[in-house]
Amino acid sequence: MMDKPLKGVRVIDLCVVWAGPFATMLLADLGAEVIKPENPFVFQPMTRGAMARPPAAFLQAAVAWNGGLPGNVPGERPWNYNPTFVSLYRNKKSFTVDLRQPEGMDILRRLVAVSDVVYENNATGTVEKLGITYEWLRSIREDIVFVRVPAYGSTGPYHDARALGVHLEAVMGHTLLRGYEDADASTTTAIYSGDYLAGAQGAFAVMAALRYRERTGKGQLIEVAQAENASPMFTQAIMDYSMNRRVQTALGNRDVHGRYPCGVYPAKSPGTALAQEDHWVAIHVEDDAGWAPFVEALGSPAWGADPRFATNAGREAQCRELDALIAAATAEHEDYALMTKLQAAGIAAAPVLEASRLFDDPHLRARDFFRMQTVEGAGTKEYVGPLWKFPESPVEYYQGPATFGEHNEYVYREVLDVGDEEYAALVTAGHVARGYDPSVP
Amino acid sequence: MPNHRAGAAARLTTQLTGEPMQALDDLVVLDLTHHIVGPYATKLMADLGADVIQVERPGGDVARRLGPFQGDDPHIEKSGLFFFLNTNKRSVVLDLRRESGRDALALLARRADLVVENFAPGTLDRLGLGWKFFQEIKPELPLVSISNFGQDGPYRDYRLTEVVLYGFGGEMYSMGLTDREPVKMAGTAACFESGAATAPALMAAIMTSRQSGQGQHVDVALAETQAGGVDRRHATAIAYQFSGRKTLRTAGAGTGMPQGIYPCADGYVDFTNAGIRPDRVLDMLSYPDWATDPRYQEPTARFNAALIEEWNGNFLVWCLERTKREVWAEARRAKVMCGPLFTMEDLFEDEHFRGRGFWTRASHAVMGEVELPGRPFQMSEGGWQLRRPAPLLGEHTEEVLQEAGASGALIAGVLEEGAQK
Repeated sequence: MMDKPLKGVRVIDLCVVWAGPFATMLLADLGAEVIKPENPFVFQPMTRGAMARPPAAFLQAAVAWNGGLPGNVPGERPWNYNPTFVSLYRNKKSFTVDLRQPEGMDILRRLVAVSDVVYENNATGTVEKLGITYEWLRSIREDIVFVRVPAYGSTGPYHDARALGVHLEAVMGHTLLRGYEDADASTTTAIYSGDYLAGAQGAFAVMAALRYRERTGKGQLIEVAQAENASPMFTQAIMDYSMNRRVQTALGNRDVHGRYPCGVYPAKSPGTALAQEDHWVAIHVEDDAGWAPFVEALGSPAWGADPRFATNAGREAQCRELDALIAAATAEHEDYALMTKLQAAGIAAAPVLEASRLFDDPHLRARDFFRMQTVEGAGTKEYVGPLWKFPESPVEYYQGPATFGEHNEYVYREVLDVGDEEYAALVTAGHVARGYDPSVP
Repeated sequence: MPNHRAGAAARLTTQLTGEPMQALDDLVVLDLTHHIVGPYATKLMADLGADVIQVERPGGDVARRLGPFQGDDPHIEKSGLFFFLNTNKRSVVLDLRRESGRDALALLARRADLVVENFAPGTLDRLGLGWKFFQEIKPELPLVSISNFGQDGPYRDYRLTEVVLYGFGGEMYSMGLTDREPVKMAGTAACFESGAATAPALMAAIMTSRQSGQGQHVDVALAETQAGGVDRRHATAIAYQFSGRKTLRTAGAGTGMPQGIYPCADGYVDFTNAGIRPDRVLDMLSYPDWATDPRYQEPTARFNAALIEEWNGNFLVWCLERTKREVWAEARRAKVMCGPLFTMEDLFEDEHFRGRGFWTRASHAVMGEVELPGRPFQMSEGGWQLRRPAPLLGEHTEEVLQEAGASGALIAGVLEEGAQK
């Protein structure tokens, strides 16, 4: 076995919400020691949940990924088992410190001195208020790598605009480019694909900066302006405007490269959409050669021989009519059976899986994709697995999502070498805690 | 330790041109990928200085045949998609089914720090160019294989495109309206996500090789990069395990005043989750009488559908009296979360992004000068540079093979084979 690639790299995680924590999770998966300082007196919204102590009514009203706590009750420490939090904090360490107090900032200073990377994605101005700047970090550790993830960048008219991923994706054009082609933009569902890009590319940026440091001895400041960073996802639309001054619009499930049919079609369903028991199959016939095998796999319906559908140009011109015909045929099939049939004919197809069905997928099972993990308040359950398979330096779930203050002893005693007297004083002053102060709602 | 000759050459080039050193400019990547995912991951490395040798089959990368095309001319040197994905790379055409193609590949592998490929699983092995081939040439060379569903398992040979990838692995099921079909993201957004997720794996493969002196064969399955991704999929799976709750397909999410997307004078504005700060919303609206009604300030107001509808009636009027930029300016002033729905024209002309240097220009032998998004992120040291536009098909075959020490006969053979489609 090889060592994990980022073994020996220490990252301070001053992140909130999704984009930053996804980056530090990837770094932790690759072996970095990611330490998250948390404040017992300040709740960071959308990180360990929407609020520290959500009322049951709030949990019910919230979407499942935010409100679906174990057993649907808030329990004693809801901040330790919010689903979104749990999905992003494996392999990380949590310790508590009140950075609003001078002795808290002194603790952070001592941690910076023994760290390699500081990563933050707070609203513009937030960490400055605490006195955390690149200059300050450099004065403590000359070769520190400091990553900042402002929504629109630290300069320009939008530098202080408040945004989640969904807002900046609207600005980058995503909201008008996605959704049904025949319905207005208010029918789109809020998404956070920009957080995916910023997280993955932020982790990559850290690895590149560490390599630069290894070669030169120099640290640096990295700015991941999230809006700019998300733009590659819309390359086809951006380049079409740049080259041709054409404004692309939403295409629904159609192929941006114009290969038909391409869509999501109904399958036999055990229940209704309202019960989340509706089944669908995504199908894409990529070229003319695929058309005949596709029709045959569907049981050779009469319309399959219609010469208007024999060429891509014809299928594109009649795409609405064709989609309706295909839908009538697919509705007779079970989704998995249809995938098998179509894939045997060389056609790209798969069920559109409601999340719980992932766990029943035979391929993911055969690939040993899932991982067991024990989470406080939730018992031991199965989780979606890591993003990549490294045979010699495996990415594993070494540790469950860090509970609040779980690593206080480790960070204060082992990393910072805090003595008994100082530790007792920090406890007395409220820095060291295993939960949010009762004053935090 | 890996062979650093090629890296030294790259450094020398940067010294000669007077450009500052880039973080990855001592790395050579042998890039056997095509389409979107692999090329996007290697583009990120090329943009930070890596010498990415893009091996194309005779006829070229399939992305050369995908639009948009400049002037809608489906020419293999006019694809805007290919152009964006392959900046800073060099193109070598090799026919890997023929002997000279394989000999050339072996020479290139000797100089490489990493090999990346995304052929259908088993393809390289059938050609005798799989993991063993590279191990015999250079034991410390890592190989990253990107594929639809992974290198093993029952779906190993299954096909996949954007809609299938996002449907199977991503959060598509809960996207759209309850009484309609699930709907995907724009364009090939999921492929770009998976490409971005592959980039750290490429770096990790190089790092473990340097640390241990031994390469490894990394398996990246697109379906798994989606299933484990941050955009709700992993969390919706956990929510089910915890609570038995599934995620309903519905437009918008949550409740509040405001919440979701509203029309305005010239388009739409998105106020998702803006209602969590009612104090700021009041400031944004400049405290009109209708909005200061104490009934709206009750903590339970955000769960009261009738009250929200009443509030929305007034808020809609406020939005419709303003353009999307005016609404956003008021929201920014009051620090309310908001985003106007920009068209590509809005984005392209926008002064913020122009002023920040988001756009760059590249000069291309066939397309002329083309504007495109530049840096993925800004590094104060060793960061993004546009050193060259996307390569013409086979533009660097001769140059790269000469650098690798290929004989004149081999180069002639490769050029002849590469010219055949």
